[in-house]
Amino acid sequence: MIDATTFLLLLSAATPILLAALGEMIVERAGVLNLGVEGLMITGALAGFAGAHATGSPATGFLTAAVAGAALAMLFAGLTQYLMTNQVATGLALTLFGLGLTAMFGRPYEGVKAPQMPGGPLGVNPVIWLGLLLVPLIWLFLNRTRAGLILRGVGENHDAAHALGYKVRAIRVAAISTGGALAGLGGAYVSLATVLQWTEGMTAGAGWIALAIVVFAGWNPWGVLAGAWLFGGVTVLQLRLQAAGSAVPIHILSMAPYVATILVLVLISARQKYARSGGAGGPGSLGKPFHAIR
Amino acid sequence: MNRRTLITTAAAIAVASLSATLPARAQDEPLKVGFIYVGPVGDGGWTYQHDLGRQAVEEEYGDRVETTYIENVPEGADAERAITQLALAGNKLIFTTSFGFMDPTINVAQKFPDVKFEHATGYKRADNVATYDARFYEGRAVMGTIAGHMTKSNKIGYIGSFPIPEVVQGINSSFIHARKVNPDVEMRVVWAYTWFDPAKESDAAAALLAEGVDVILQHTDSTAPMAKMQESGAIGFGQASDMAAFKPTPRVSSIIDNWAPYYIERVGQVLDGTWTAEGVWLGIGDGEVEIGEITEAVPAEVKAEAEALADSIAKGEYHPFTGPLNKADGSAWLAEGEAASDEDLSAMNFFVEGITAELPQ
Repeated sequence: MIDATTFLLLLSAATPILLAALGEMIVERAGVLNLGVEGLMITGALAGFAGAHATGSPATGFLTAAVAGAALAMLFAGLTQYLMTNQVATGLALTLFGLGLTAMFGRPYEGVKAPQMPGGPLGVNPVIWLGLLLVPLIWLFLNRTRAGLILRGVGENHDAAHALGYKVRAIRVAAISTGGALAGLGGAYVSLATVLQWTEGMTAGAGWIALAIVVFAGWNPWGVLAGAWLFGGVTVLQLRLQAAGSAVPIHILSMAPYVATILVLVLISARQKYARSGGAGGPGSLGKPFHAIR
Repeated sequence: MNRRTLITTAAAIAVASLSATLPARAQDEPLKVGFIYVGPVGDGGWTYQHDLGRQAVEEEYGDRVETTYIENVPEGADAERAITQLALAGNKLIFTTSFGFMDPTINVAQKFPDVKFEHATGYKRADNVATYDARFYEGRAVMGTIAGHMTKSNKIGYIGSFPIPEVVQGINSSFIHARKVNPDVEMRVVWAYTWFDPAKESDAAAALLAEGVDVILQHTDSTAPMAKMQESGAIGFGQASDMAAFKPTPRVSSIIDNWAPYYIERVGQVLDGTWTAEGVWLGIGDGEVEIGEITEAVPAEVKAEAEALADSIAKGEYHPFTGPLNKADGSAWLAEGEAASDEDLSAMNFFVEGITAELPQ
């Protein structure tokens, strides 16, 4: 069943969640839990659509989406990093805010068609390539650069990083806005490449799947790629199997990624039990507020 | 919009609980009518049409009615909360506009015996719960006829939402009539398990197109499959709403649900006190199901044939489910010349002979 067409459909279905999950992974590696991914994605979907519609250029649309995602994420950064609001509550509020805001500003775009995307290398959408390229780049950044090491340090133990003189808040704000930009790109992929129009609530939970994938991936870019392909692949595969007329237990197939996520969570916690400081779980300071100690 | 409506409703509840202690002044106050929608009013399909019906009610009765709606209400337990909110807010007539609101509507109706409920497309009724439905399968027969003529690959696709009678009727009706005009037609069915998820609907359309399908009927509410069809040169039909933005192709015709006359009639009956809980099922002949303009992409003789079929259904001369028809497992269903009963149709849980796909049970 995995032929070239299915694989292309898989790549396409995986791209929005891949981009958003990579962004969220960077944010979480910096020690911040942003549950507002869905809100950032839907904002990106609308901003991207509006940008592309106004200029006729999908590339400008994606750029607008990244900027809008980053801007909304900065709101989250300001609230959680400087006003010290609770990250979980603020993230959830961000999702509700994004959904409501886009529903309001999206009205004029209902029923409008998106400009056609140009084909990229090998006939594959350039944004799919961007997503694939980002996986090794982010891995290299996190594991082979000094800046990546500092980012991880801030996420593992912000007090230690602060004691070493690193600007914890500034680094986190940078990570949050990067994550927002990537989530915005993912959302714009839905409106500009998959659905080709704007509809209220169109990301339909992709942001939550992205959040699950980060955990599934064990905060590793390659794991994120695997997770996005698993989720995207199952979606595409079950639809294709149905279209081909084969009798498959699609409920079980649709359940598979979620079962896999739970299994991975169990494995992670089992590993932590045996190797307490193994670091197989989330970053040490994940979700904890940072107060500078003077 | 959704949350905003919720906040308004919450405020309304507060007001309602205050005013409950005061003596009622029935004559001065407008009749409050509530609507529960499964999708956003801007879906361009199912919910959009219901909201047009709501607006028609406001226009018809002006100050005598006050309408509110809650959109994006998920089917299932949460719907009960939303319906209860509308009832608490003082709505005396509540329309719940999706199949999955059936049990929640019945449950809430038991707690509010003096509130009247109208549930769309379901089959459970009570003293204060009426049901109403449209014979979409009549429209599907017309679409199936066009699809059978228009397909070049002889593969027709159907994006199903949930395997419930309403959708199964649509699949069977379109297949029967496609096969009538083109004996080589095959039907591919993809269940999306959602009424509204543009990305998923789009993926479903892509999966069908990858199988060589070149005509797609959709039973989900967004216009996303249309955009996919446009990309690849396939054709399809507007669902629930005209989806006129996609004329002349990929949208070559459409099934339009026109709820306005029914809503106006029922609100009028509540106003003059003649409302009773009944179940109605209206079709093309009653104007509740309309066939959208057949565009120039369809050859004139096919268009004429489709319109003639719609006419004979409207006049009651032809029933889309007329025997001889067998079930997919080969067992006999309708004898020569026998028309399906409404009871049979409203519980339809099988494909007709010729559809090879499995129907999830």
